[in-house]
Amino acid sequence: MIRIKNLHKSYEIGSNSLHVLKGIDFNVSEGELVAIMGSSGSGKSTLLNIIGMLDNYDNGSYELDNILIKDLDETKAANYRNKFLGFVFQSFNLINYKSAVENVILPLYYQGIKRREREKIALEYLDNVGLKNWASHLPSELSGGQKQRVAIARAMVSKPKVLLADEPTGALDSKTSTEVMSLIQEINNSGKTILVVTHEEDIAKMCKRVVRLKDGVIVDDKKINQKVL
Amino acid sequence: MFDKDRWIEIFETIKKNKLRTFLAGFTVALGIFIFIMLFGLANGLENTFEKYFKDDQLNTIWINGSRTSKPYAGYESNRRIRLKNEDLEDIQNKYDFFIKGLTPRITISSEVGYKLKSNNYTVRGVGPHHQFNELTVIMNGRYINEADIFNKERNVVIGRLVKQDLFGSENAIGKYVNGGGRSWKVVGVFQDDGGDNEERMIYCSYTTLQSILKSSDEVDQIIISYNPEIGYEGAIEFEKNIKKYLKSKKKIDPNDPKGISIRSASNDMQQNEQFSSALNYMIIFIGIGTLLAGIIGISNIMVFVIKERNKEFGIRKAIGATPNSIIALVLQESIFITTISGYVGLFFGVLLLSSIGDKLEKTYFITDPYVDFNFAVSATIMLVFFGALAGYLPAKKAAMIKPIKALNEK
Repeated sequence: MIRIKNLHKSYEIGSNSLHVLKGIDFNVSEGELVAIMGSSGSGKSTLLNIIGMLDNYDNGSYELDNILIKDLDETKAANYRNKFLGFVFQSFNLINYKSAVENVILPLYYQGIKRREREKIALEYLDNVGLKNWASHLPSELSGGQKQRVAIARAMVSKPKVLLADEPTGALDSKTSTEVMSLIQEINNSGKTILVVTHEEDIAKMCKRVVRLKDGVIVDDKKINQKVL
Repeated sequence: MFDKDRWIEIFETIKKNKLRTFLAGFTVALGIFIFIMLFGLANGLENTFEKYFKDDQLNTIWINGSRTSKPYAGYESNRRIRLKNEDLEDIQNKYDFFIKGLTPRITISSEVGYKLKSNNYTVRGVGPHHQFNELTVIMNGRYINEADIFNKERNVVIGRLVKQDLFGSENAIGKYVNGGGRSWKVVGVFQDDGGDNEERMIYCSYTTLQSILKSSDEVDQIIISYNPEIGYEGAIEFEKNIKKYLKSKKKIDPNDPKGISIRSASNDMQQNEQFSSALNYMIIFIGIGTLLAGIIGISNIMVFVIKERNKEFGIRKAIGATPNSIIALVLQESIFITTISGYVGLFFGVLLLSSIGDKLEKTYFITDPYVDFNFAVSATIMLVFFGALAGYLPAKKAAMIKPIKALNEK
């Protein structure tokens, strides 16, 4: 599903150049649940952003579902993101003046699906994350766990090939974290490929494979026994 | 533009960001409103101007006799100079080439009545050419003619309001009115754009009036229409020549500033035109300033709004919004708000202007303020256009940045 070869990325900060990713080789097959771990500054979020086409890379190659993703213009990138990828962020990134269901509808709106139909689909997905009764609530009226579940529903509603989660439990307490991870496992068990960036060992243990980054290189990559919730 | 979904999206955004929408709309509406009011009031001022000066022909010179201020040729100073019928003829003969027409004027005030009604009116003894000087418009009958002058006929032409006062709805032509113990035949009714006073006037032959005023041959004033072809410079030269000629004829010191006084409409008009064009420039300047302030105001709001929504645009892009869809979203919303509020401002501006009418005429010299509707609409479209342009640049910038940068903003 994901094939990355010798990926380099550096940021220009003033006159200095910060080399964040120093040659990453990394493959993910369909249906995997991969935790990407590392301390802050290890390049794990950058890697996820590049996989998510939210950011570009300097050297190497990245293929998603056999399509080379390189130097895309923003319009093309937007279309690919909409078709292939779902995002879950640490800070939820819901649009604060839109209700739960309106947030979930948005990817369908950009896919050009008809209004009545996308409302139906969105409610279905909200139901899947157990928030059907909260559909008309604004994000400010939801708890952190509920917000993240809305975000997951929004990420899943466009039926992406890969779900990318950047510290999905970073802003949640441990009980809510477990709930969200259980939801992610459930989605993964239905066949979806998921990448989770985290720095918590507990969260990583709930995945099927753990990749460790340090100073921009992969230092460890192994399958583990998943802690099933 | 006709994407129904995007409109729904925009209406939802507007509904949920009422303050922002209100501020943007208010800026535009106020800008247009002030712009309309300003131009309208300026036009009203100009209307008043025109109303006061439209009365007379421009190529007109008024000549009056007055008291001398210097002794000359054996005469003492403070001698009263009177214009006479022969002066009229002499001027006509000497300056025939320059003159389109001329008329004397004798003004008296007299009680004039018909049947039981009577009233005090200004009566002017004039020649036929007076009609062209005063731009008098005959409604019924005719004006004073050469036969009236020659035969000293007791014929009068009465103003529209005189006719209304004395005759009401009755036909006045051919009826006789009483004045100065004599009866006068009404031969015409006139109207005049110069205002109500001008229409409470009665004209008769100056020779007739002179015969009643103990066969005097004096006139109060000589009014000359000169040939417009001689131009402004020519007119000034002509004025000087007449003054010189009359002074020598009446034996007045050539250096005496008094004795003969000449007033010309072209002089008045030039001053008025200068004043009114200065006023116009000022108003255009302020108007453009107002419009600019509106444009800058709406630009500021757009920049702020886009900055505020930067993260939202990042989120939208992460879930599949193309840059163009974001630009379109911002622009369509801004054009929609500015258009609606622009026309609200336009509507209230025009409404207020048209409700003013002549209420401000007495105190502020503003009559019937108006704006050319096409002009007002163009101004509104301009503001909408520049508002959109002001939104386009930051929107394009916001739409092109990498979503991760927008998402990382707190």
